[in-house]
Amino acid sequence: MIRMENLTKIFDTPDGDITAVNHVNMEVPAGEICILLGPSGCGKTTTLKMINGLIPKSSGKIFIDGKDTDTVDPVELRRNIGYVIQQIGLFPNMTIEDNICVVPDLLGWEKAKSRKRAAELLELVNLVPSAFLKRYPKELSGGQQQRVGVIRALAADPPVLLMDEPFGAIDPINRAVIQDEFLKMQKEIKKTIMFVSHDIDEAIKMADKIAIFKDGVLEQYSAPDDLLASPANDFIASFLGQDRTLKRLSLLCVDDVKFGEEYKVHGEADLANAIAQMKELGHQNIVVTGLRGRARAFLHLNDIMGKKGVIEEYRQALPAVANVKEDLKTAVSTMFRHDVSWLACVDDDGFYKGYITQKAISRALSAIYRDETLNTKR
Amino acid sequence: MVDNLGLIGQRTLEHVSIVGVAVGIAILTGVPIGIAITQSKRAADIVLGIASVIVTIPSVALFGLMIPILSTIGQGVGYLPAVIAVLLYSQLPIIRNTYVAITNVDPAMREAAKGLGMTTMQRLMWVEIPLAVPVVMVGVRVAVVMNIGITAIAAYIGAGGLGTFISRGISQTDPRQLITGAIAVSVLAIVSDYFLLFVQKKLTPPQSTVID
Amino acid sequence: MRATTSIFLVFAAGVAFSLLLLNNDGLLIQIWVNFADDVDFLIRQHIYLVVLSGGLAILIAVPMGVWLSRPYMRKFAEGAMQGLNVGTTVPTLAVLALSMSFLGIGVLPAIFALWIATLLPIVRNTYVGIREVPDFLIEAATGMGMTRTQILFRIELPNALYVIFAGIRTALAINVGTVPLAFLIGAGGLGELIFTGIALDNIEMMLAGAIPVALLAMLVDFIFLQIQTWSISRGVNPLR
Repeated sequence: MIRMENLTKIFDTPDGDITAVNHVNMEVPAGEICILLGPSGCGKTTTLKMINGLIPKSSGKIFIDGKDTDTVDPVELRRNIGYVIQQIGLFPNMTIEDNICVVPDLLGWEKAKSRKRAAELLELVNLVPSAFLKRYPKELSGGQQQRVGVIRALAADPPVLLMDEPFGAIDPINRAVIQDEFLKMQKEIKKTIMFVSHDIDEAIKMADKIAIFKDGVLEQYSAPDDLLASPANDFIASFLGQDRTLKRLSLLCVDDVKFGEEYKVHGEADLANAIAQMKELGHQNIVVTGLRGRARAFLHLNDIMGKKGVIEEYRQALPAVANVKEDLKTAVSTMFRHDVSWLACVDDDGFYKGYITQKAISRALSAIYRDETLNTKR
Repeated sequence: MVDNLGLIGQRTLEHVSIVGVAVGIAILTGVPIGIAITQSKRAADIVLGIASVIVTIPSVALFGLMIPILSTIGQGVGYLPAVIAVLLYSQLPIIRNTYVAITNVDPAMREAAKGLGMTTMQRLMWVEIPLAVPVVMVGVRVAVVMNIGITAIAAYIGAGGLGTFISRGISQTDPRQLITGAIAVSVLAIVSDYFLLFVQKKLTPPQSTVID
Repeated sequence: MRATTSIFLVFAAGVAFSLLLLNNDGLLIQIWVNFADDVDFLIRQHIYLVVLSGGLAILIAVPMGVWLSRPYMRKFAEGAMQGLNVGTTVPTLAVLALSMSFLGIGVLPAIFALWIATLLPIVRNTYVGIREVPDFLIEAATGMGMTRTQILFRIELPNALYVIFAGIRTALAINVGTVPLAFLIGAGGLGELIFTGIALDNIEMMLAGAIPVALLAMLVDFIFLQIQTWSISRGVNPLR
């Protein structure tokens, strides 16, 4: 847990005092990722660097796991906080193994223990230890260096991790891969992470909470979905961009907006049953399932209205389906690709799980969250 | 001192003439060699290897080693061995800087030149050499400053120059000649350094930077 | 690769030169017979001058360069570098001459002049090498909880070492090249044979000095090249 109380930084410059960070109060709960976001010069990096004392604060308090950081020697403090910088900063004179073991060595761990730890961490990010331990940073690709940079910060198992644009230096394709790996890793290690970014999409993807800064002031501190749904002021709305609603598509998944799981017909059911269900649901289509409940096909109301016979005769193939785990961005693009207004939702094994419609998606996006407890405690 | 100004001027001219002639020839030989060896890594290793070994040999020893060889044409001491020594010592900085400058030309720029339909020769003349000039100038500067010092020592093999004041000052234990020589040769080196730095900056296009 | 090529070339040059001399009435053998004792005595003086002045220069120049690179010296350091640059431009014979005018003749003024001439390139390269270590490495090291001293010894010096060694090699080449001149101000060494040989037009005597001086210079450079190649981490060593 990281807590800041009235954290302030005033830089003394030849042109007079500049308040870089102005009475910031915020708390990052244990195990969450908080991303500091804002235009350049907004004070986000200064805030981050005050936590490990790289920039001395002017006033205010910082608590880590309830402990006032002023009471801890800064060198000691930094050894217990993982730190990742944008330039990665692997030490070129050291092997990968020695780089990972920097903090354990500073803390005086036994060699055997720290070296074993280095190998474990490399495995965690899918780098083969035997191939990488003895290499030097210049012998690694940018993406590999970035992974090592992250695990180096985790080497001594610090509870808190500070990251200054950690994925900023990598190309977009590798960045997405490393972000995904990092999120997967975070599910296991559950560190309290504070993370500076200038990339809104990255923040929306990775953060549990986003803190938006402007001119040293914390403007809004909320979960990504709340932020996109209800920006606190015009600055934030314009900072998030005109397409902020669309950005929410990647935050919600099919499971969040699907409905009508109970409406379905078996291949052997009669047409009247199908018509009745469609009327009840107010929908012109219904999914036909197999014996065990897998989505097989669909019926259109107009095809069977006033007809007699078996469903088999009138059923049409499903143009596409949406997996319940997909985000809405994927589902919407599938709809556009097949020019349909709805999709049948299935799980990994193909079992029918409900419908997703364009209308339901629009409704979900325009819904305004009013749960004040999630909003910033300013 | 004032009476001797004429003599100082004459010695300075001798000094400058040895360094100037030798470095001039060194540019004429070193630049083509530097360009030629960009075609083969192996040739580059060998040529730069020889040049660095030559620079390692102390000038006093080099003068000595040349005496028996040049004596065969009756030029064991004097102007010629001094010029040859300076010429040899200047090869490394000039060849190396030419080589480095040309191999460091941005591959994108080389591609662009190819894309414009330039031949290898045209590329060399219009793109690579102009870009290399400031870097080669750094090599020339290093060579000149180093060889002003070496030419001073050449006074001991009868080549004249400002070193003559120092050699006489030492043998006659005459502090005036000693200090005159030492200061004159130092001033010459420092002034040449600044002058060539100025030339080098003039030759450097504003957007590019040369690290020396 | 460069190192092996150089060794081969030195060897080949040595053989060629020896053959040349041997053809010339067995000159090399005569030199050996006539001057072995002198060379033995003078080479000891010579090496003494190199080791003492060079060693003292390294021992003092590296800490000086480190000191100039400290943040609190920043305002002063650039000016000092300008001074050092001018200083390295001054020819070594002039340095010896000036040293002699102030300290007289003998071993002390020679060592002092050699020490000054050797010192400057090492100070400069140490300073530049350390300043060239990127700021973000220092930030990463600080952020990971290293103290100033730990950063100096674990990050700054190891990453600057290649440049520092380049400075040491340049400085020692200057040193070894200047030591023969030390004879001129009464400090002895192999310069005695060279300069006396030139003065007396005695080629044998002159070569008895010049050949060992040249070989010694190559040997010193070779030794330090090996140290530079093998003592510096592969991660920051362009030679490996």
